[in-house]
Amino acid sequence: MFKRLEENPTETVMVEIEGTSVRVPAGESVAAVALAHGLIHTRTTTISGKPRAPYCMMGVCFDCLVEIDGKPNRQACMIKVAEGMRIRRQHGAGE
Amino acid sequence: MKSHYPLVIIGAGPAGLAAATTASEHGIETALLDEQPAPGGQIYRNIESMPTQRAELLGSEYQRGEKLVQLMRSSNTHYFSDASVWSLNGQLELGVLHQGRAHLIHADQVIIAGGAQERPVPFPGWTLPGVMNAGAGQILLKQSGLVPSDGVVLAGSGPLLLLLAWQYLNAGVDVKAVLDVQPMSNWLRAAPYLPKALLAHHYITKGLRYKRDLKAAGVLTRHGVKDLRAIGGGHVQAVDYIHRNKLYSIKTPLLLTHFGVIPQTHLSRAASCAHEWNTAQQCWRPVNDVWGATDIKGISVAGDNAGIGGARTAEHNGRLAAFNAIHQMGHISQGERDKKAKKDLRWMKDELLIRPFLDAMFRPPSIMLTHPTDEEILCRCEEVTAGDIRKVLEEGHQTPNAVKFHTRCGMGPCQGRQCADSVAQLIAYETGTNPRDIEPYRVRPPVKPITIGQLAGMEQNSEE
Repeated sequence: MFKRLEENPTETVMVEIEGTSVRVPAGESVAAVALAHGLIHTRTTTISGKPRAPYCMMGVCFDCLVEIDGKPNRQACMIKVAEGMRIRRQHGAGE
Repeated sequence: MKSHYPLVIIGAGPAGLAAATTASEHGIETALLDEQPAPGGQIYRNIESMPTQRAELLGSEYQRGEKLVQLMRSSNTHYFSDASVWSLNGQLELGVLHQGRAHLIHADQVIIAGGAQERPVPFPGWTLPGVMNAGAGQILLKQSGLVPSDGVVLAGSGPLLLLLAWQYLNAGVDVKAVLDVQPMSNWLRAAPYLPKALLAHHYITKGLRYKRDLKAAGVLTRHGVKDLRAIGGGHVQAVDYIHRNKLYSIKTPLLLTHFGVIPQTHLSRAASCAHEWNTAQQCWRPVNDVWGATDIKGISVAGDNAGIGGARTAEHNGRLAAFNAIHQMGHISQGERDKKAKKDLRWMKDELLIRPFLDAMFRPPSIMLTHPTDEEILCRCEEVTAGDIRKVLEEGHQTPNAVKFHTRCGMGPCQGRQCADSVAQLIAYETGTNPRDIEPYRVRPPVKPITIGQLAGMEQNSEE
């Protein structure tokens, strides 16, 4: 869906996206690296279980809620990636 | 972070940056709180660490932000990044979550410059993965250098749509189509404002340039598009639309939509500031005067947060609010305030020439704003459809707060940010009233996510 304009970022970190280790540019949001990695949906909804993905990228829609390091309901577009971070899809309310 | 600042400014976009720089230059101890990792707001996002090549793609308007940020950085402003304000009350007490720690701080004057959000407009399929706001596309470009890899369809109305199409074109992206949903009747609505708007023609000439470049590149552009639909199961696969009574379908893995922007009002609402429905801009905004002052003493609004005016106007708004705050605190007289603000007041007069034209021209079609079909989801969080809402309206529950109570519409994590306006417009349409007579959702803190643990660990008096 998305590709990077520039390759070879100067600073990188290793994160885990749905169990796969990925090297990503430092300073990026969790939502951006998930999209760049090709994660089509990042959560399923609480009511009907339908897939959702980041929508606004600026913290107002809350559609990008994911599980980070085992904690659910994290806003992927508002959180920066960090070394060793484990990013997973959130299923429903994440409880 | 201290427990008291004479002036607290929320948001480090053009309005907040200009306000903070102005106040600091006048010797006011000012805290500038921003939830992003770096200053610039959405419009000048990532301006301090933007690679040259990407900056050129974004155009000269974007590069304007560099100086604004520099001026704030070289002033005495106490700037806090990663600081989200989860509460503000009429006593000018602010709840702040800064780098994971909760603080309670007091201010003598508060300027809310939290900016705008994209206007949420429901249409069939708008919740599918692969459907995003155009602003989201632009954020991915500015922050991460990400662009669509397998083509994109842009749809909606408003200047951002054209700008993004133009930026993508420059980046070599396959722009499959630009679908403009503005009804032809907008020309009639806008025409009376055109002569005055031509006096401030810089906006219009810019738009025409983008259009010309897109046309020269052979990008499919359709005007007066109706019945926009995103089609797909787990992900968008195509965009369907009607143009001149004919149904078309374009295969695409990505649809970016834009229907203009609206002020972010959660903080001003939490503080109980009066709000009014603005018919021209089809949204609520805090009632405020030319200085941005609200009806709550000590609280003012600036930039798009005060009413949509765009990035340049936001700078002037920010300075006006700062001059007034400095005056309110007794540092300058009213005469001095007016003298210092002369240039900014003149800009606001010019702005009034062009804005009515832009508001009328880019207004999304009423059919999308007021009467979505029954199956369309209005509340993305709780998955409440227009049909669900019509049902409770028939039962006699005819206010947004009653609809919320009976359907959970607006009760999810976004706290009504994505459905407040569409619910009010649907209710107004169905009950034959005007949105201005409808009381919107009540907003209660915390207006940003905070955990019980963070609240419990709140520090009232901490050092910087």
